[in-house]
Amino acid sequence: MVRAVDGASFSIKRGECLGLVGESGSGKTTACLSILGLLPRSACIEGGSILFDGQELRGIAADKMNAVRGRRIAMILQDPMASLNPLLTIFDQVAEPAFYHRNSRGRTLKDHVLWLLNNVRIPSPERRMSEFPHQMSGGMRQRVVGAIALSAGPQLIIADEPTTNLDVTIQAQYLSLLKELQRRTGVALLFVTHNLGIVAKMCDRVAVMYAGRIVEHGPVRELFKCPRHPYTQALLGAIPRLGSKEPLYAIPGQPPDLSDMPAGCAFHPRCPHAMERCCREAPPETSLGADHQARCWLLEPR
Amino acid sequence: MSAAQPLLALQKLTKYFPAGGLRLPWTQPDWVKAVDDVSVSIPAGQTLGLVGESGCGKTTITRLILRLVQPTAGEILFEGRDVFELRGKDLLHYRQAVQAVFQDPFSSLSPRMRVGDIIAEPFTVHTNASHQTTIDRVAEALELVGLSPAHAKRFPHEFSGGQRQRIAIARAIATSARLIVLDEPVSALDVSIRAQIMTLLEHLQRQLGVSYLFIGHDLATVTHISQRIAVMYLGKIVEEAGADELTAAPLHPYTRALFAAALPADPDDQHEDLVVSGSVPSALNPPSGCYFHPRCPFAMPRCSADRPLLKAVSATRQVACHLY
Repeated sequence: MVRAVDGASFSIKRGECLGLVGESGSGKTTACLSILGLLPRSACIEGGSILFDGQELRGIAADKMNAVRGRRIAMILQDPMASLNPLLTIFDQVAEPAFYHRNSRGRTLKDHVLWLLNNVRIPSPERRMSEFPHQMSGGMRQRVVGAIALSAGPQLIIADEPTTNLDVTIQAQYLSLLKELQRRTGVALLFVTHNLGIVAKMCDRVAVMYAGRIVEHGPVRELFKCPRHPYTQALLGAIPRLGSKEPLYAIPGQPPDLSDMPAGCAFHPRCPHAMERCCREAPPETSLGADHQARCWLLEPR
Repeated sequence: MSAAQPLLALQKLTKYFPAGGLRLPWTQPDWVKAVDDVSVSIPAGQTLGLVGESGCGKTTITRLILRLVQPTAGEILFEGRDVFELRGKDLLHYRQAVQAVFQDPFSSLSPRMRVGDIIAEPFTVHTNASHQTTIDRVAEALELVGLSPAHAKRFPHEFSGGQRQRIAIARAIATSARLIVLDEPVSALDVSIRAQIMTLLEHLQRQLGVSYLFIGHDLATVTHISQRIAVMYLGKIVEEAGADELTAAPLHPYTRALFAAALPADPDDQHEDLVVSGSVPSALNPPSGCYFHPRCPFAMPRCSADRPLLKAVSATRQVACHLY
C-alpha cells in the first residue's frame, strides 16, 4: 500500500488561482485526479472529503459525477498530444463538452466552437476547425485543450503542468492567455506545477506538497517573501536567479520513496533543522496568521 | 598552449541536413540549415552557455563537437588543430579529452552494465591501465561526484535520476576530460536535485579545471553556471556576450523575449513583459531577412529583406540585429 496523498487539505475560492507545487512523486497529480474521481481502480480514498460548491464529490454516483466532470470542473493535462484524439477533428473535440453539457446543437454549437477557438487565439479558426491535431504545433494543440476545458463553461479548471512540454516563449504566450481567460470568464484555476517562477507569475495562493502532504499553504507574496517551512525555504534557495552567481542551496538526499516513508515528518532526513522530535512524530498544521499554514515542529508554539 | 588560444573554437561551422522524404536521383533536396555559420570559442577552464528553443541547432552542435557528424562547412579547432583532420592516435586523444553528458540519464547509461564498468569503459579504451589502476580510477571518479566506491558494483536501475546523472558525470571525468559537453544535463531533474548537480558541476570545474559547453533552455540555470553565453535561433547565433552583461541588458529582441519568458520566482519582480507572438518557424523554410522578424515586436521594413550579420557592439559582445 502506497500513500500517495496523505491528509492533504487545500481550498480554492471562486475566480482564484491556486498553485500546487511539488517535485515529481509528491502526489500533486493524484490529488487532482481524486477531485475528478479519475483515480485508477486500484486506488481508494481512505478518508477526508472533497467539497465543491458545498457538494461532497467523494463517492458520489457516476451520473452525478458526470454532471460535474467536464461541465463544472474541467482539466488540462500535461501532454496535448496524448490528451487529444488523433482521429477526430478539432471541431469534434471542442464541441463534445458543449454538446453533452450545454445541449448545444447545429449553428449554435458551431458558433460556440468558433468563439472558443477565437478566445484561445487560434489564428483562422474557421479553417483550423476541420483540421486534425497532428497538423498543429505543440503550443496550438495546448490551446485547443484549453478551448475544450472552457467549452462547457466550468467554474474550476485543473491544469496539471500544462506548459511543461512547451518551449519557453510558447509557455509565456500560454500563461498570459490563461491569465486573460481567467480574468474574462472568472473561472477558478488549480495550477499544478513544479516551476516556482510560474507560480509567482500566475497564482494568488500556493500550496507546497512534499511526499503526499501539504507542508505549507499561503498567499503567494507571503510565501515567497517569508517562507516558513524548511522545505519551502530550501526549494526557493535551490533555484538559480537571473543575475545572481550566489551558490545554490542543494537540498541533500532525495525525495522519499512513498512505499518506504520515514517516520515522523517526511522531510526530516533532508532537513537542516531536524530535531529529535521530527523523527518520531509528524508535525500538526500550525496557523501562521490569516490564511497561512505550515506543518513543522519549529513553528509550533511551545 | 598560449593564453590567448581557446581550448575549443568553432569557426564558421555549418551543417545542412537533406530534408526527409523520398529523394529521387533527379530531385534537388531541400536543406535544413541546422547550424549556419556559427563561430564561438571556449577558453580553458571556463563555461560557455548555449541557449535556444527546441530545433535551434543546439544538439547538432554537440554532435559536431563530438565528431558524430561531419560539418557541411567550417571547422572546429581543438587547441588550434582542426578536429575533422585528426586521424589515428590524435583522434583517440581528442575523444579522450572531450566527453559528453546527456539530458536523460535513463537512456544514456546501459542497463546491462554495472556502474563500475560504465565508468571504466572510456578510461580503459584510452589508456593501457592495469586492472587495479582502473578500479582505483573508478573509485576516485565516484567519490568526486559524491557517490561511494561501493556503488561500482550496482546497476543503473538501482539509482535515482540525480544519482544517474552523477554516474554520467563520473564517466566523463574518469578519462581526465578537458572539455565536457553538457546537453541539457539538468532539464530532466527535479528542482532540489537540479541544484545538487549544478553545485557539483561548479565544484568539479574549480577542482579539475575542466571546461564546459553547457546547453540549456532555462536562462536562469545557464547564466548561473556560464561565463559567456551564446543565444541561438534557427541555427544562427543572434547574440553572444558575457553572462553578466547579457543578464544586465539583453540586446537582441529574441534574447529579451527569452529573458521575459524566464519567470523569476518572485511575485514582485517587475521584469520586461515582452511576449513574442507565433512559434519558431520551420528550419526547412525559414523567413527571409532576419529569421526572427515575423515574431519580432521591433521589426522594421529592412528586417524582412536584409539579413543582419553578427557584429561586435563592444569588445566582448556581438549581436545580429539591425537595431544595433
